[in-house]
Amino acid sequence: MSQWKRLLQYLTAASVLFVLAGCGEEGITALDPQGPQAQWLYDNMLLSLYVMAFVIIVVFVLFFIIVAKFRRKPGDDEIPEQVEGSKTLELTWTIIPIFLLAILAVPTVTGTFILADTDPDPEGSEFTSGSGSSGEEELDEDEVAEDGVTIEVTGHQYWWQFDYEEGFTAGQEVYIPAGEKVEFELHASDVMHSFWVPALGGKVDTIPGITNYLWLEADEPGVYQGKCAELCGPSHALMEFQLIALERDEYDAWVEEMSEDPEEIQDTGEAERGHEVFEEQGCIGCHAIGGSGSAAGPTLTNFGDREAFAGILEATDENLEEWIRDPESIKQDNDMPAYPEESINDEDMDALIEYLQSLTILEDE
Amino acid sequence: MADNYANTADKSVLWDWLTTVDHKKIAIMYLIAGTLFFVKAGVMALFMRIQLMRPEMEFITGQTFNELITMHGTIMLFLAATPLIFAFMNFAVPLQIGARDVAFPFVNALGFWIFFFGGLLLSVSWFFGGGPDAGWTSYVPLASREHGGLGIDFYVLGLQVSGIGTLVSGINFIVTIINMRAPGMTMMRLPLFVWTTLVVSILIVFAFTPLAAGLALLMLDRIFGGQFFIPGMDGNVVLWQHIFWIFGHPEVYILVLPAFGIISEVIPAFSRKRLFGYSAMVFATLVIAFLGFMVWVHHMFTVGIGPVANSIFAIATMAIAVPTGIKIFNWLFTMWGGKLTFNTAMLCASSFVPTFVLGGVTGVMLAMAPVDHLYHDTYFVVAHFHYIIIGGIVLGLFAALFYWYPKMFGHKLNEALGKWMFWLFYIGFHLTFFVQHILGLIGMQRRIYTYLEGQGMATMNMISTIGTFIMAFAVVLLVFNVVYSAYKSERITERDPWDARTLEWATNTPVPEYNFAQTPQVRSLDPWFYEKVHGDGTMKPAEPLDDIHMPNGSILPFMIGLGLFIGGFGFIMMNMENPIVPPLLVVILGAVLTFGSMGLRSIKEDHGYNIPLERIKKIEKEAS
Repeated sequence: MSQWKRLLQYLTAASVLFVLAGCGEEGITALDPQGPQAQWLYDNMLLSLYVMAFVIIVVFVLFFIIVAKFRRKPGDDEIPEQVEGSKTLELTWTIIPIFLLAILAVPTVTGTFILADTDPDPEGSEFTSGSGSSGEEELDEDEVAEDGVTIEVTGHQYWWQFDYEEGFTAGQEVYIPAGEKVEFELHASDVMHSFWVPALGGKVDTIPGITNYLWLEADEPGVYQGKCAELCGPSHALMEFQLIALERDEYDAWVEEMSEDPEEIQDTGEAERGHEVFEEQGCIGCHAIGGSGSAAGPTLTNFGDREAFAGILEATDENLEEWIRDPESIKQDNDMPAYPEESINDEDMDALIEYLQSLTILEDE
Repeated sequence: MADNYANTADKSVLWDWLTTVDHKKIAIMYLIAGTLFFVKAGVMALFMRIQLMRPEMEFITGQTFNELITMHGTIMLFLAATPLIFAFMNFAVPLQIGARDVAFPFVNALGFWIFFFGGLLLSVSWFFGGGPDAGWTSYVPLASREHGGLGIDFYVLGLQVSGIGTLVSGINFIVTIINMRAPGMTMMRLPLFVWTTLVVSILIVFAFTPLAAGLALLMLDRIFGGQFFIPGMDGNVVLWQHIFWIFGHPEVYILVLPAFGIISEVIPAFSRKRLFGYSAMVFATLVIAFLGFMVWVHHMFTVGIGPVANSIFAIATMAIAVPTGIKIFNWLFTMWGGKLTFNTAMLCASSFVPTFVLGGVTGVMLAMAPVDHLYHDTYFVVAHFHYIIIGGIVLGLFAALFYWYPKMFGHKLNEALGKWMFWLFYIGFHLTFFVQHILGLIGMQRRIYTYLEGQGMATMNMISTIGTFIMAFAVVLLVFNVVYSAYKSERITERDPWDARTLEWATNTPVPEYNFAQTPQVRSLDPWFYEKVHGDGTMKPAEPLDDIHMPNGSILPFMIGLGLFIGGFGFIMMNMENPIVPPLLVVILGAVLTFGSMGLRSIKEDHGYNIPLERIKKIEKEAS
């Protein structure tokens, strides 16, 4: 039985993969699932695809037979038999679809409930192979949950804020431990957004005035692209973010570093001057570093570790300067003011960039 | 009375069309208005596809793009598909049931003009700081006073006005089909297009009323400081989504069921067979319409309503696949064993069947609530509903156009051009939308004005854009076909150019204003076919030949519509910064015009006119 199942799985998966192969980029595409939830969604998408492929084949075969066989020849004025209908046939194509739908209805209902159970679990989710938590184990859930990671997410036009239980805030990039079921508590500050990491799982909307929950799990450490999936204004397309999964011990170290006050400014001179610029220009009024400063904009505590600037730009000094000089030209309708040369001269800009780039938490590799 | 008749012949062409209450002329006005809006929204789609052709294009800005998606969706659904379907309903339904006109010809004209002025109100937004930009769903808070611009007010008032037009037309069709059927035309002898029109009209009454209520609440929020949808002031943003989709999901069926009806007319006609499983088809239509109201939450699976609600709505949604499947197989078995003629109408109608299945199966996939967390708000959804709307509704409309064109205009459309149009459109359509399924799965979310380089989306977007241009070229060919055929096509006067089955083919071509000189006696389903095969090839009259009483034309529907336009614009002006005239004055002017015209209509006695017997005899003699 299981062998047959395997073979069937292999054959069908191979045929679909043949079609979809080469589509999308790893770490973004949902067709290359990187976590148990994404894997489950992918498997069930394939399941529905097979069931539907059956329907499609039946209809198309009938259709092409009809097109080939029943054409009216020129001059043929005979009137074909006027068939009223057939009860047997009507019943056939009523009952068979009901069975096909029943096949899909079962995982639909179970999946809905598993997806809705967002309690964090360091052992991994119910979908994780091997660690399927049975009912008895759930009794211990409270004990386990204390170790689980819950991260508060707030969607803003057009950036993401991540508040950790340890009391610190991260902007634009969310770090999670790999191999664990992590809970996200979703909020929005202005309009609706939708929190989506395609390679790891489904999306859930972030709605002003309402708290939603979502869980995700990454099998392996890595960088996964996240997106906003609900129209939220002119720069909706650019509201991307990164989800970074670390090994548990690295994650713990990261949390600890993030929780501490920012390190003393490295005395490279230039970075120190950059820090002054940062404060003179009032950047701190929106961008907190460590515990200090306001959170009107993304926190910059670990800015030097960023995979991307503003969620979308390649992390280079040139892009950073371009962003600070004229954010509106890159992300229409965002709240950050422009800093042309009149307000920050080139020298200061270099210093500022040096300073921002020095704000690192992760160990250099 | 006879004198009155003479007067109507003296009208200028323009005045005649502005005041007409003839369902056949109103049908043509719907057809023209719908086509204009269709082309307009199609051009918007071209702009969007150019912008998405390559990653990080800078053809248009995100703001403009959002205005384009909003207007494209809103226009296509409310101002293109709806009127185009109404065009064929108006033309065919009274003829198919053997009636002289709809039940309330005045209200029919009123419905058209209110719809038209509502559409105009929505469209003028471009001249006042840009169109609405929150998507055709106009979700709050993006569409709220705080976050949405003036364009949203045009959306709210424009749709409110045009919705009234749709609503009154829907009521009119219900009354027409219930009351105006010729003797012998029992409910179970109604052509399926009439059945779907009846069901859809009922859907309109139940779906457009919540839309009107929702739009009224949004208007109160935006213009009069209400807080129904404002979080933090005890408002609830999800409330809008519920109201919108309680309307929005049935709206899909409002558009697609008539297309089903059209297909159920065209396929039997060109298969020379009666519709397979007629009663099952009627039953399936009713079930789809009923279930259509039970599934709106499937648009909101990711909103966080909870697993119980999501499961129930998921199963309900899947259930719709069953009656839809019944329809698909009945169409296939109508063709099975028939003698098929593949002209343009039949090409569109028959290819509808497999194409619609492709859209339907993705619908079932989307119904799986947990997996919908993957599909939702991605290009997978965009692909799905374009397969339904283009593969379903637009192909149905093309079929209807080619099928009923000779009856409407007295000549056929050119077949060679028509077939070129079909194949280009069909290939372009699949090129455009098939790859979008995969784009959605690899992470391209919906309504984005650009996508980043290095995310693997460039090639498929390019293919999609190329497909769009092929489709656009096909539409140009269609417009050319209409003009070309108007000059070159052979005039026809025969009643029944397609050797078809239903009553509209039993009247003269062109159809006289009174439709049937004598109301026909219906003896069977497909009554015209029945008389051709079992009778002497003419309909038996159900009444003696006599004077025919007809309603007078009136300019009042136009004035009522104009009044609503002015009044609606006045409301929008309340949100403008420096209105040239006090908004209240404009609102009052509009109200006076609308309600004044209504008052005039109530006070003025208008008994219509009689077409004298001699004249009818003369017209009938000329035609035969």
